[in-house]
Amino acid sequence: MTSSLGLRAAVVSVALFAMFVTAWHLATRGTGVVAQLDPEYAKLMGATATQGKSAMPGPLDVGAKLWEHVRRPFYDNGPNDKGVGIQLAYSIVRVAIGYFAAVLVAVPIGFMIGMSPLLSRAFDPFIQVLKPISPLAWMPLALYTIRDSGLSAIFVIFICALWPMMINTAFGVGSVRREWLNVARTLEVGTLRRAFTIVLPAAAPTILTGMRISIGIAWLVIVAAEMLVGGTGIGYFVWNEWNNLSIANVITAILVIGLTGMVLDQILARLTRLVTFPE
Amino acid sequence: MPGDGFISIEGITKRFAAPGGGVTTVFEDLWLAMRRGEFVCIIGHSGCGKTTVLNILAGLDTPSQGAVIVDNQAIEGPSLDRAVIFQSHALLPWRSVMGNVAYAVASKWRRRSHADIAAQAQKFIDLVGLSGAEAKRPAELSGGMKQRVGIARALSIEPKIMLMDEPFSALDALTRGTLQDEVRRICLETGQTVFMITHDVDEAIYLADRIVLMTNGPGALFAEIVENPLPKHRGRNDLHKHPRYYGVRNHIIDFLVARSKTFAEEIGPGGFDRRNVPLVRPGAIEPPRVAAETPPARVAAAAR
Repeated sequence: MTSSLGLRAAVVSVALFAMFVTAWHLATRGTGVVAQLDPEYAKLMGATATQGKSAMPGPLDVGAKLWEHVRRPFYDNGPNDKGVGIQLAYSIVRVAIGYFAAVLVAVPIGFMIGMSPLLSRAFDPFIQVLKPISPLAWMPLALYTIRDSGLSAIFVIFICALWPMMINTAFGVGSVRREWLNVARTLEVGTLRRAFTIVLPAAAPTILTGMRISIGIAWLVIVAAEMLVGGTGIGYFVWNEWNNLSIANVITAILVIGLTGMVLDQILARLTRLVTFPE
Repeated sequence: MPGDGFISIEGITKRFAAPGGGVTTVFEDLWLAMRRGEFVCIIGHSGCGKTTVLNILAGLDTPSQGAVIVDNQAIEGPSLDRAVIFQSHALLPWRSVMGNVAYAVASKWRRRSHADIAAQAQKFIDLVGLSGAEAKRPAELSGGMKQRVGIARALSIEPKIMLMDEPFSALDALTRGTLQDEVRRICLETGQTVFMITHDVDEAIYLADRIVLMTNGPGALFAEIVENPLPKHRGRNDLHKHPRYYGVRNHIIDFLVARSKTFAEEIGPGGFDRRNVPLVRPGAIEPPRVAAETPPARVAAAAR
């Protein structure tokens, strides 16, 4: 084989996708007229009863819907009918605010925990208890104290993004190679300069790995949070379309959520590579 | 003589709590004085505490007892006066060659301008023969080049003392030889005082003015100090032609093979003055028998 592994893998990927779409299409297509009904009655019964067609949309329906959304992503026909682009933008802004707030809190605290064995032990029980709490469990508390559903969703993102970053930062800072610290010591480098010129670059790959885990979790949680708080966002869009029984729209939204999650993850993966240096 | 040297190790002992609840003494009551500009190698088996002695000199470790005086001041922690060349080179992988050396320069002279710092760093990068590789990161360098950067970094802060912890042990024989030559040249040119740990007897003889022999731990001590009879200006290629070379070499190897284990029995109870470690000059009285019988070239071949 002369072609590269990447090319061959791409061929297999395309084949898998084609197989999936074909199977989907075959499973959801109509079987033709199954019963002779009065046209008025048939209209009430819908396609499932009259043509043996599944209520699940086929790939062509979803494709058409997707194309519709791609052509008009930013329309706004009132609170319950906004383009998927607008909804996605709402979600991304919420995630961004909650996530960056979490970075601002988690990285410095994680840094302190990593530098000081005392603080590490002191913080440990709190982190151990708070970490496993499902972020949505905070929602009622947030709604009650903040009294704003949009801010509550942001708070939930903040709290779920906090822990992986804090733990990874502490770990990265705590496990900086002793010899690099010894270099700083023999050069009489002060604490602050050491933190920025030795510890931070040495721990950066681990910190960014934590940030990558966090963005993944934040993107998982935002959908659920928006389903709860409602109003705007891609999570709300999914729930709203479920209420409209527009499965094609739901599937479209699922695709969009997946693609966005992938892009966010790849951005962080790029950044991680940027600060990782082989020895 | 103790007390009147440029560096004076005065009765240092290192103990730590053993896992069983007892106390392990790594080494005990070590005394050594070094003159300015002197090159001292310390030789001993793994685990005798050589690295701990070096770390104490560097200020990275503290002795359980005793002190080290450098230039009439007791060591209290690391100092820019004492540069360390680490066995594992310890370069910062996110910095270039220039970045690594400039980091040290900027640490020593904090108020200097960027241009001054770069110029000083460049001078020492050139000195170790790395001109042209300034922008490379450590991962792009060979083992020998990495260690050159380590040497440039140590020299660039113009320290009073260089401390080297087996700097060449991770290198292949060819690279090691070249770097030994470089270090020797640089140290002679700059009159650097050097304290170096090594496992390699020939390396010690080639580089050192005096070679400290250390017994096996636990409870290791400085057994003898071998004065190197070779002239200050010695060449790598005719080292073995010196009439006393094999006397010195055999003496050190005998010590490492046998006497380092049994030295405690050799001195008997209480018969050893640790403050005045015996200075030996092997090969001084004995005529160089081996060299007389066989041409030097064949001796060298047989020694390999």
